[in-house]
Amino acid sequence: MTSETSTGQDTTHTGNGRAQTGVHIDPSAVKTGRPDRSLSDVPDPVIECKGVDIFYGSFRAVSDVTMLFGRNEITALIGPSGCGKSTLLRSLNRMNDLIEGARVAGVIAYHGQDMYADDVDPIEVRRKIGMVFQKPNPFPKSIYDNVAYGPRVTGMKVDSMDDLVEEVLTRAALWDEVKDKLGQSAYGLSGGQQQRLCIARTIATRPEVILMDEPCSALDPIATAKIEDLMHELRDDYTIVVVTHNMQQAARVADRTAFFTARPDEQTGDRTGMLVEFDRTTVLFTKPADKRTEDYISGRFG
Amino acid sequence: MATTADAARAAITGRARGGERSTRSLVFLLLLWLSLLIAFGVLVTLIVTIAQDGAGRLDSGLLTGYSASVPEEAGARAAILGSAWVIGTTAVLTIPLGVAAAIHLEEFADKKHWFNRLLELNIQNLAAVPAIIYGMLALGFLALLGVQNKNVVIGGALALSLLILPVVIIATREALRAVPDEIRQGSLALGATKWQTVWRQTLPSAVPGIATGTILALSRALGEAAPLLLLGGLVYVTFDPNGLLSGFTTLPIQIFNWTGRPQAGFHELAAAASVVLLVLLLAMNALAIFIRNRYQHRW
Amino acid sequence: MSTVVNQGGPAGVPGHPGASITARNRRPGERAIRLGLFLAAAVSMATTIGIVVALLVPALEFFAEVSVIDFLTGTRWAPQFSPATFGVVPLITATLWTTAIALLVAVPLGLGAAIYLSEYAHRRVRKVLKPILEVLAGIPTVVFGFFALTFVQATILRDLFSFQTGAFSVLAAGLVMGIMIIPTIASLSEDAMSAVPMSMRQGSAALGANRMQTSLRVVFPAALSGIIAAIVLGISRAIGETMIVAIAAGNQARIVEGPLEAGQTMTGFIANAALGDARVGSLEYNTLFAVGLLLFALTLVINFISIRLVRRFREAY
Repeated sequence: MTSETSTGQDTTHTGNGRAQTGVHIDPSAVKTGRPDRSLSDVPDPVIECKGVDIFYGSFRAVSDVTMLFGRNEITALIGPSGCGKSTLLRSLNRMNDLIEGARVAGVIAYHGQDMYADDVDPIEVRRKIGMVFQKPNPFPKSIYDNVAYGPRVTGMKVDSMDDLVEEVLTRAALWDEVKDKLGQSAYGLSGGQQQRLCIARTIATRPEVILMDEPCSALDPIATAKIEDLMHELRDDYTIVVVTHNMQQAARVADRTAFFTARPDEQTGDRTGMLVEFDRTTVLFTKPADKRTEDYISGRFG
Repeated sequence: MATTADAARAAITGRARGGERSTRSLVFLLLLWLSLLIAFGVLVTLIVTIAQDGAGRLDSGLLTGYSASVPEEAGARAAILGSAWVIGTTAVLTIPLGVAAAIHLEEFADKKHWFNRLLELNIQNLAAVPAIIYGMLALGFLALLGVQNKNVVIGGALALSLLILPVVIIATREALRAVPDEIRQGSLALGATKWQTVWRQTLPSAVPGIATGTILALSRALGEAAPLLLLGGLVYVTFDPNGLLSGFTTLPIQIFNWTGRPQAGFHELAAAASVVLLVLLLAMNALAIFIRNRYQHRW
Repeated sequence: MSTVVNQGGPAGVPGHPGASITARNRRPGERAIRLGLFLAAAVSMATTIGIVVALLVPALEFFAEVSVIDFLTGTRWAPQFSPATFGVVPLITATLWTTAIALLVAVPLGLGAAIYLSEYAHRRVRKVLKPILEVLAGIPTVVFGFFALTFVQATILRDLFSFQTGAFSVLAAGLVMGIMIIPTIASLSEDAMSAVPMSMRQGSAALGANRMQTSLRVVFPAALSGIIAAIVLGISRAIGETMIVAIAAGNQARIVEGPLEAGQTMTGFIANAALGDARVGSLEYNTLFAVGLLLFALTLVINFISIRLVRRFREAY
């Protein structure tokens, strides 16, 4: 009757139910593409992925991803289309639960807590880990109500909603543009403004992590620059994971970058996404360890 | 060389045998026009003849008089009020039930589950079951309860509710389906539950579509007579209906009754009452179309 | 500036907050609401079961006294005479006549309208024409019945054409019923034809076909299952239509041999019998439900054929 229940059986654990707490990854065990580097310098990881496979039905969209997302860092996921980067992103706050047949194997942990354990409520996960989408998707309501919606539905205790709205719109660098028309429909805003409204809407619920799925792909360069500035601002308080198809954007905003690619399955021919290399952005773009990364960033592929 | 070019030019400028302006094409188009013309011609004829037949009785007596044995004294007051009671009750019964069922099927149900597929098939079939069968259902149900006098407002509303329930469900589902998924995802990503998402985002966005579909369904119920005949809805009502258990008649039933009388005066009354009914229905249709054009979101 | 009490926010996630993503008692309110929604949807199932039970119980009592064979093959319908006979064939002949006449009107006109709307009409013209068809669909059947009796039968058939016919005829009822069904056939067929991909039309036009040829040889065959579904649904509506035949077709149950004769259809019988004062449980009362069951079974089969055909064309495109 519902697609909201915990999906699928876990293949990495034995017995019923899933491990609950204390899931941590030994950073030194993680391949970064370079034998001389490890993930040990990722600060205080908020989300950890270990051996993550993501399936749609029997199709394996992502294979064996292990990586960490450090607190107050911006991590970019880049790679050619079909490499599974958006799929991985959606699995980080269980939005992929909404896709029929989607299933995660391996461990995705939030502060050491397996996010796909039986006793985890996906709704609570999404309250901690917000998401901004590719196409701005404001609700067909007023600007004010768009921001107030999250705090209202999550039952957040708020002294003054007016103050909260002003605070987060200021935070999203939108206040000056909209303060005189808070009661007007969000549909009257430009695309860039709508996207900043969606970011404001997300931070109004006080998440710890913000996932962004190609947040600028529908925007013009000026609006894109504003969003990128905003991401830098927000980094002080939030952990951000951003999927982008724009390498310059990753180079501009991200502390760390993960490069994914797709490899055809030998038996089925399905293209399965895999993590090639994960490193500090400066290192990945200047001294890539893997030939495929180098080809991609130098424009020879994808 | 020149002759070939001329021939080619002639071939694309003249009236080709199979062209858009060939005789056969034009006759075909004429037949298509004729189809619509006949349909609309009958519609106009129907409205005009009924308006003419009823013109003599389109007076205040029609609205204030009760049933009577002589046409001059008779009016449709009880029928108009009865229709209002029955349709009002039908709306109260049908709208919450139909919208809830549609939300289940569209937003929550696992569409691959056999029971939900059966539900869907069942609703499609119910939408095409003859109206009179719903009257037999209501009759059987009231007989089961041991109700002696079956011609009560709640009985009629029950029959009409079940009759239009599939229509309301189908219209509501279409309205919900038209709300883009991005709205749902945006809400869920903020930590809203599924029900919060439906109640605060999806459903409000679908209200214009639901309202349009529901008004059209209710207008169908307003014009329907067959199921009510079975509940004995032909009673000689000389009082205003005043409650759910009150006896009643409705406009279509009253028109049927007057049509069946031999005196020409009653036929005149039937035509006049038909005009009233048509005006009410046109008003409902216009309201539905207005809501559709004015409030429907363009995503 | 912030007056938010919940300062747990971004920086306020200490050491090990992960436990807070576990379920809050599985949200009992949410579950109750879902159950309620499910029950609402299940009402439609209860309706069907209710119809079957409501028809079957009295019908079985009827068939305890009258054999099914006599019922289905008997050619004399006289439930109120003594000795009463219950041969349903006369009712079926009247239903067949009205349905056939209605289809002769509705199929060509409905398809003509559909082809025009789907293949010829500009968007703006369509926006005007479709609501008018909806108005036609919204005319109450009792008004159509009045029109059939007073205008089509009396003014047209008897006065204008001087046909040898009485106050009622299956022709008048059938003709008007046909007009009533036009919107059903037109709108469903138009849906089916509009669903045919534009690329097919372009392919046909590129070969030099004109609109008529494209409509008849490419679009029409491609949309055929949807068009047949529309016609089948029209048949179902014609068989089940009650008020027009109750008013204009007549009330004598006898075998109908020509279109100008009066006759009582299955629905006409139910409507008329309901006007009488049949006591619950009497044979007369049960007769109503036996005919109702036959009507329901007939339309059920027809509806399923239509639903199957609609699904087929939906899957095709």
